[in-house]
Amino acid sequence: MSPTGAATPLAAAGRPLEGLVSVRNVTVAAAAVLALLLPLFGSEFLVGFVMTRAMILGIAAASIVFLAAYGGMISLAQYMLAGVAGFMVGNAVVAQDAWSKGLKLGWNPWVSVLFALCVTTAIAFILGALASRTTGIYFLMITLTYAVIGYYVFGSITPLSGFGGITGIDPPSLFLGHPVRMYLALVVLSGLVYIAFRVLAATPFGLALQGIRDDPVRMASLGFNVSLHRALAFTLAGATAALAGIFNVWWNGQIDPTSISVGPTLDLLIVAVIGGTLSLEGAWLGAFVFVVANNYLRDLPFVDLIGITEARFNTVVGVLVLLIMILSPDGLAGIIERISRRLRRLVAPLPGTATAASKAAAQ
Amino acid sequence: MAAAALWILVLARNTSAGPAIREPGEFAVTLLNGVTFAGLLFVVASGFTLIFGLMRTVNMAHGSLFLGAAYIAHEIQTNMVGKDANIDARDVSLLAWMLPLLAAGAVVALLGLVMQQLLLRWNQGQDLRQALITLAISVIAADQMLAQFGGVAQPLKWPGTVTRFFEIVGERYALSRLFMLGVALLVGVLLWLWLNRTRMGMVIRAGVDDPEMVRSLGINITVVFAVTFAVGSFLAGVGGVLGGSFAGSVAPGVDGAWLLNSLVVVIIGGLGSVKGAVAGSLLYGMVVAFSPAYLPAGYTYYSVICTFALLAVVLAVRPNGLYGRAE
Repeated sequence: MSPTGAATPLAAAGRPLEGLVSVRNVTVAAAAVLALLLPLFGSEFLVGFVMTRAMILGIAAASIVFLAAYGGMISLAQYMLAGVAGFMVGNAVVAQDAWSKGLKLGWNPWVSVLFALCVTTAIAFILGALASRTTGIYFLMITLTYAVIGYYVFGSITPLSGFGGITGIDPPSLFLGHPVRMYLALVVLSGLVYIAFRVLAATPFGLALQGIRDDPVRMASLGFNVSLHRALAFTLAGATAALAGIFNVWWNGQIDPTSISVGPTLDLLIVAVIGGTLSLEGAWLGAFVFVVANNYLRDLPFVDLIGITEARFNTVVGVLVLLIMILSPDGLAGIIERISRRLRRLVAPLPGTATAASKAAAQ
Repeated sequence: MAAAALWILVLARNTSAGPAIREPGEFAVTLLNGVTFAGLLFVVASGFTLIFGLMRTVNMAHGSLFLGAAYIAHEIQTNMVGKDANIDARDVSLLAWMLPLLAAGAVVALLGLVMQQLLLRWNQGQDLRQALITLAISVIAADQMLAQFGGVAQPLKWPGTVTRFFEIVGERYALSRLFMLGVALLVGVLLWLWLNRTRMGMVIRAGVDDPEMVRSLGINITVVFAVTFAVGSFLAGVGGVLGGSFAGSVAPGVDGAWLLNSLVVVIIGGLGSVKGAVAGSLLYGMVVAFSPAYLPAGYTYYSVICTFALLAVVLAVRPNGLYGRAE
């Protein structure tokens, strides 16, 4: 589980776009094309509900994976930050005469987006600066505390929301009543986020961040400002989570504190863990598996016979995470990586091992 | 700090409590609320910090053990009283509270021990992996308890002998809260004696400082780990029964809230330090008690911000908590 395991092949997530034509890049590109073409043959439910949700969760989970893979920090505050953006959009966009809670500023939807992004990024910077002096398990605990405090803040500060939440939040007219457009926008945004994070890994900032992940003391003695780098990475991840949060509130049309409480926070972490916290692709893979399991599990034959009904979905997810953490802490991406490595070894045995084997046979 | 003290003492305009020099009763009640809640916080958080201090395991299922114990105590108590609903405090004898407390604590200690032996023993030292494993357990446990006990709150009551009020500086105050503080103090004293006056306590304290050294001295630290995990889980269980009786009922969602409470206390006090758990509980308990009472009316919902401010100040000054050590 150690995100500092730079020696594992998975840390290749930290490498830039070297060799544009690789198995990894081709697979990702094929998946992206498939996702873009999905509205042509997928059902309305699959596109407008299942896959839209998977993309939103994927972007939010990518912000966790970014912090974990490049920064060695596992953050539980990402869903809360997405929620902050959602609440900001809700407060800004709902009209004065609407029957809802919140400030009801009645702003233009796109101005509201800008407002939500700015506020969330600023909050992420402050929270990141506070948490950046710690790492590992302390960071996990502090960000979990942020998440729960976020829930209570929006729940108890009634001018902003209250526990009832904000309702009647319309997306901009571009997306209003056009679920396919929203889905396509999310696919494009996912691609941009993915490319941006991979390009970032090769920038001086990204390289310094990975250096800090592997050896903060050495980086500090080389003159890098360790906590500033961590805080900025957290800010960037916060802005990414905000993008997911904005689409989420447009898609749901409403937001309340329960939707950013511990449960959904853990769900997002579970998405990242299922996919694998060390590979960016894993974020979307995990989101896909999670959402598909959530929606189609009950359709499997015989599952109701062993007591798995939709109401017990959390038990299924919990057992799944438990199994993944016991068998392969690197998640599905780690399992795929391990299988493909074994296959490659089967197809083309290393020359060194071949000679050793023949020598052994000769003796 | 000084400004806050001045505000509480003299000004406190428009607040529900009023300035302390004119309303000493309100002040005393608020202070007692803070101290008694801190006692409950300490019982729960000390188990959490004890496990972390020795094993570096952040037990995210600590809240689940809390809630599980409260449900077990509820089951035993309703059976002993012989009523399902509308349990009145007068129906509950001291035995009908003590027995559920000890039984629930024991069951939860056993559960914690099994969890540690099966799922945490072989990956000792991988702290994030352990945190996520216990997190998965807490998700499963919460879902199973929801299936078992439903979403409706179930009653859990103090014994009738402590369910009464007494007078303090002209205000009525619940004796049960002082009883809770008494139990917490007893737990604290026993914990102190165990850690400071027994051989195993000595080994635990040495293990907190340097587990490698303890192991190389030929001490079987895996047994010490197991006992510590069981004791930590037992403390979560005792806290669960206290907390359930304090709230008067047991309901889903409490597990997450108490995991958070434990986290806040140990982040303030410093992970792994029992002394830190005392300090963290007192500070957090005071903020929880004083901020709603002494914020001006109409602003009381900002009291949650005060908790956050406390956390932020401590983190900014001492990133590893008041009594925490740098890794």
